[in-house]
Amino acid sequence: MAAPVKLTIDGKAVEAAPGTLVIDAAKLVGINIPSFCYYEGLTLQAACRMCLVEVEKAPKLLAACTLPVAEGMVVRTETPVVAEARKYTLEFLLTNHPLDCPVCDKGGECELQDMVFRYGAGESRYSENKLHVDEKQWSPVVFYDGPRCILCFRCVRICSEGMGVGALGIVNRGAVSEIAPNHGDHLECDECGMCIDICPVGALTSGTYRYKTRPWEMDHVGTICTHCSNGCKTTLGVRNGQIIRGNNRDRSGINGEFLCIKGRYGFDFTDHPERLQSPLMRVNGKLEAASWSVALAAVAKKFSEVRARHGSFGVIGSTHTTNEENYYLQKFARSVLGTNHIDHHRSGDVVTLLDALSGTAGSLSTTADLYERKAVLVVGADLSSQQPFLAFQIRANYRHHQARVYVVTENEVREDGIAAATVRVDKGGELAGVHSLAEKLKTESELVIVFGDSIKGEAVRELVAFGNSLGIPVKYVALVDYSNSRGALDMGLVPELLPGYQPSNQPGMTVGEMLESESLEVLWVVGANPLESAAMKAKDAFVVVQEMFLTETAQRADIVLPAASAYEKTGTVTNVTGEVQRLKTGPSTMGAKPDLEIIGLIARDMGLAAAVGPWIADKVFEEIRATVKGYSVPMAIISAGGAAHTMPVNGRIPVESRPDLIHSSRDNLFTSGTLGRYSKMLGSVMEGRQA
Amino acid sequence: MLYNEPSPHEVKVLTRRFGLADSASIKTYLKTDGYVAFEKALKMKPEEIIEEVKVSNLRGRGGAGFPTGLKWSFVPKTSPKPKYIVVNADESEPGTCKDRLLIENDPHQLIEGMLIAALSVDAHAGYIYIRGEYRYLIDIMDKAIAEAYEHGYLGRNLLGSAFHFDAFTHTGAGAYECGEESALLESLEGKRGVPRIRPPFPAVVGAFQSPTILNNVETFCAAPAILRDGGAAFAALGVPKAGGTKLTCLSGHLNKPGVYELPLGFPVKKMIEEVGGGIRNGKKLKAFVPGGSSCPVLTAAECEGLTMDYDALAKVKSMLGSGGVVVMDEDTCIVKVALRVMRFYAHESCGWCIPCREGTAWLRKLLQRFHDGHGQRSDIVLIGDLAKNMLGRTFCPLGDAAAMPTISFVEKFRDEFEAHLDGRPCPYEPANRLAAHLVAQ
Ligand SMILES: Cc1cc2nc3c(=O)[nH]c(=O)nc-3n(C[C@H](O)[C@H](O)[C@H](O)COP(=O)(O)O)c2cc1C
Ligand code: SF4
Ligand code: SF4
Ligand code: SF4
Ligand code: SF4
Ligand code: FES
Repeated sequence: MAAPVKLTIDGKAVEAAPGTLVIDAAKLVGINIPSFCYYEGLTLQAACRMCLVEVEKAPKLLAACTLPVAEGMVVRTETPVVAEARKYTLEFLLTNHPLDCPVCDKGGECELQDMVFRYGAGESRYSENKLHVDEKQWSPVVFYDGPRCILCFRCVRICSEGMGVGALGIVNRGAVSEIAPNHGDHLECDECGMCIDICPVGALTSGTYRYKTRPWEMDHVGTICTHCSNGCKTTLGVRNGQIIRGNNRDRSGINGEFLCIKGRYGFDFTDHPERLQSPLMRVNGKLEAASWSVALAAVAKKFSEVRARHGSFGVIGSTHTTNEENYYLQKFARSVLGTNHIDHHRSGDVVTLLDALSGTAGSLSTTADLYERKAVLVVGADLSSQQPFLAFQIRANYRHHQARVYVVTENEVREDGIAAATVRVDKGGELAGVHSLAEKLKTESELVIVFGDSIKGEAVRELVAFGNSLGIPVKYVALVDYSNSRGALDMGLVPELLPGYQPSNQPGMTVGEMLESESLEVLWVVGANPLESAAMKAKDAFVVVQEMFLTETAQRADIVLPAASAYEKTGTVTNVTGEVQRLKTGPSTMGAKPDLEIIGLIARDMGLAAAVGPWIADKVFEEIRATVKGYSVPMAIISAGGAAHTMPVNGRIPVESRPDLIHSSRDNLFTSGTLGRYSKMLGSVMEGRQA
Repeated sequence: MLYNEPSPHEVKVLTRRFGLADSASIKTYLKTDGYVAFEKALKMKPEEIIEEVKVSNLRGRGGAGFPTGLKWSFVPKTSPKPKYIVVNADESEPGTCKDRLLIENDPHQLIEGMLIAALSVDAHAGYIYIRGEYRYLIDIMDKAIAEAYEHGYLGRNLLGSAFHFDAFTHTGAGAYECGEESALLESLEGKRGVPRIRPPFPAVVGAFQSPTILNNVETFCAAPAILRDGGAAFAALGVPKAGGTKLTCLSGHLNKPGVYELPLGFPVKKMIEEVGGGIRNGKKLKAFVPGGSSCPVLTAAECEGLTMDYDALAKVKSMLGSGGVVVMDEDTCIVKVALRVMRFYAHESCGWCIPCREGTAWLRKLLQRFHDGHGQRSDIVLIGDLAKNMLGRTFCPLGDAAAMPTISFVEKFRDEFEAHLDGRPCPYEPANRLAAHLVAQ
């Protein structure tokens, strides 16, 4: 590390690393230099001229956003000349700005408003006509209002640099310059809405949010996206019990500002008209509404009856429910119902990876590692489509740290564009492809290997052996599908494993076996849709389903209990890289209850509440922290909305792993399993229809 | 083709072949000392070439007047990257029309200049970025390039040496801003023509991320003469600190407008009276623009004793610029001139930075309204104030180029602005003049 550079900013002594920009150095001593076009992590523009400062011996004002610190430099950020420059820049900027703050989505959280409030003149001397162009709709989710655009080019940069899409550009020149989408009048892109969030003003507006509310009328609830396994923090704007907006406006969480279309717009399933709001019971072959007390009593009665005669229960858990719910469900199933027939849809071979890594600490990558480690190898996964945030991290790593990216996939992927080497393989040829990169990878100083569901069972062991043979530190990510796919495994929602990857040493049926079984008496499905693509052999089995919608599985149920979505409850989820984060309650749906409560109420009605303990998420999480290996995470991090890395077992897992059961659903950017079908926004974009 | 008669006051160095039969052909070029400077340079060390250019006191002819030898010496010799030569033939500064003549009449002189520059930094490829509207020049240039390849002045192993060099033409993108060196490089690379953040300067990071010598056509065209006759001889033609001659484009209310090659330091009055043939219809001089529309305007009084060179013009707070002289007679409406100039800059602002993008558009509207007779006294202050607050605050010098003349117009011709107040129509419009005359009677 080179010696720090010493300089003075507004009389304060500052030490900053060589190459630091004055605008960032000022922040070190609490001085905020106003800026529009400067955006940390994106390329420099020096376009807006808001950040002009006085530098001793410089003949004119200099842009702090492109000025590197120099030894002995004396900077002044609040002189009359600087103040005047800012005032004029804002006056210039407002000449063609519509100032329609009263109806602008951004009003109240607009950087231009704030800037004019702080640095602007009280009045304008502009008395000419303003330029006007009509607002344009670029896609169902992205609208552009040219007159409001201040041409800071943040949107253009986030789309090309951050997303690797490059769907936005600039057309015309001078005062009539505009931002334009890649297809002239419409967008064909990821529809992530990153451009909207990064826009400092109300020029880019969101299809779900525009003209619906004023920002201060909403509660802002920072929770975790319930779609894919990446675990992005999303801040829900909730008004009158309804989610109106999803974004990550404080850039907190593991994902910073990143959200894909699902995290930003895919919340609308919560108030889909088909949302279940009352329990349903089968009466004369038809499902009819029933009260909670009647429905729960009926479930309790049936469960007690079957339990009493040691009948066979099958329990299918979810990849979206919380750790607490999963833990509680398996505890209830195993200790109260006395069954080990418990399973869920598995999408990645985490079990074999943990077993193969046993004895090597620090080999599980976090999402931060993908941004920080010097090299990344992607095996058999289309990250940009299936694991959007992980892909974003890798792109950012490439941009900011020149990370070397290696790709071994069947088809072209977006990561090819930043890859140091790409190997195209036939289906099943992934490992051979990986081996062909051995010499190149040996020249790296460290590596993260990210692999999809084509690497499972023995292939995982071979991959780890390969990693060990490189002679460098290697970390791994076994990709899984959904928001708590990883947590379902960690919490023992499989017959062979108890929570914390402890062998259950008990036989138990898998999902497939339960559906195939003719003697199953009760099938209890909590937040899963196994009958979407399979039939159930036990014709007479009593089926209880906890669901948000009348899915294929719910339609077969005898009793359907309406469940709250992840956005309507608390609890924790564990993302693909094993980071636990806490959900917060945003809206609520009348009639629906969190799965944890539903399970607890069934236990209560069975008179067995004491055996499972209280159905309070915090209490269950305490038990998890105390008993589940790897989950003794610091509570302070979790409570503060942070992500804590779990460290599941560091020893062999003596069970037969079931690679045959591992299949990714291969959701793309615009799908999200059954849940995705109930999001109007996801269904509305044309890219989703083509895919 | 020539557009005006030569003047006896001219010192013909760069234009010496103008008017010869077939002057653009390599045959004519070779008959008149063509490529002898290149031959000479081939035998010199790079440092010696640069030294010769330094001695010549050649300063950039594109507008900024930066010493050319010094610029060439900034190219890092140890860089492992390829080096490039880029010719700025985007000539778009209003009042400037000399580069086109140099290409039209003597394209080989430009090629030879590029070759000399290439030798001085070990470059092997050069691009001539030609203003889009000069489409016909591309044919002329391409033909000359083809001839040079045929005769072994371009291509591999030139004149039996190990040196090789390729030259290409590239069409401009139809924007004034693409003449600004870093925007030109962006455009050359196929991107939108907006300027780059500097430093680094093109000499270090230029075309395709590589060290690049970027000069104006006229600058390169001076190189063969400097190498052929020696830097000292070239320097001696001009004044201290500014050697050689300057192609001066005389336009405006003159009897003999045209492009004339005059030694640096030529007296302004003599230039107007004798080279330009005096002001049309015996009118009096009102205003004088020495070097293209971005230079602050000078009054007739300021022209007294003034000479056409960098330092003398800097002393009166103007610039030699690109050599685009505009002479305005007593009947010229300065408000209209200010409007015309601002229309140009508002049209040409690339839109990258706020003060230029919005400032030029505001000033254009304001000046239009003002000239139409709807101005207020406070507007006069506002015009100067807006321009002053663009000056030095924009991302590239185009903003300054719009601000500087504007400030000079209001400061030096305030009375003309006042004459447009109180709903009075422009006193210089012929129709209005007649009306005023009738009213006075
Ligand atoms: C807005 C703007 C337009 C310019 N247009 C031209 C041009 O058309 N031709 C030119 O040679 N230089 C032009 N320049 C100057 C170039 O940026 C650059 O300084 C010049 O080409 C360098 O060559 P020289 O050192 O030979 O003068 C322009 C500069 C600005 C700011
Ligand atoms: S939605 Fe995303 S991909 Fe589409 S233009 Fe905006 S930033 Fe680019
Ligand atoms: S649309 Fe927004 S982000 Fe994009 S340039 Fe305009 S103001 Fe900036
Ligand atoms: S990447 Fe995954 S977790 Fe992040 S916003 Fe998209 S769907 Fe949600
Ligand atoms: S001053 Fe700014 S807007 Fe004007 S041409 Fe230069 S970069 Fe573009
Ligand atoms: S923040 Fe520095 S110019 Fe925009």
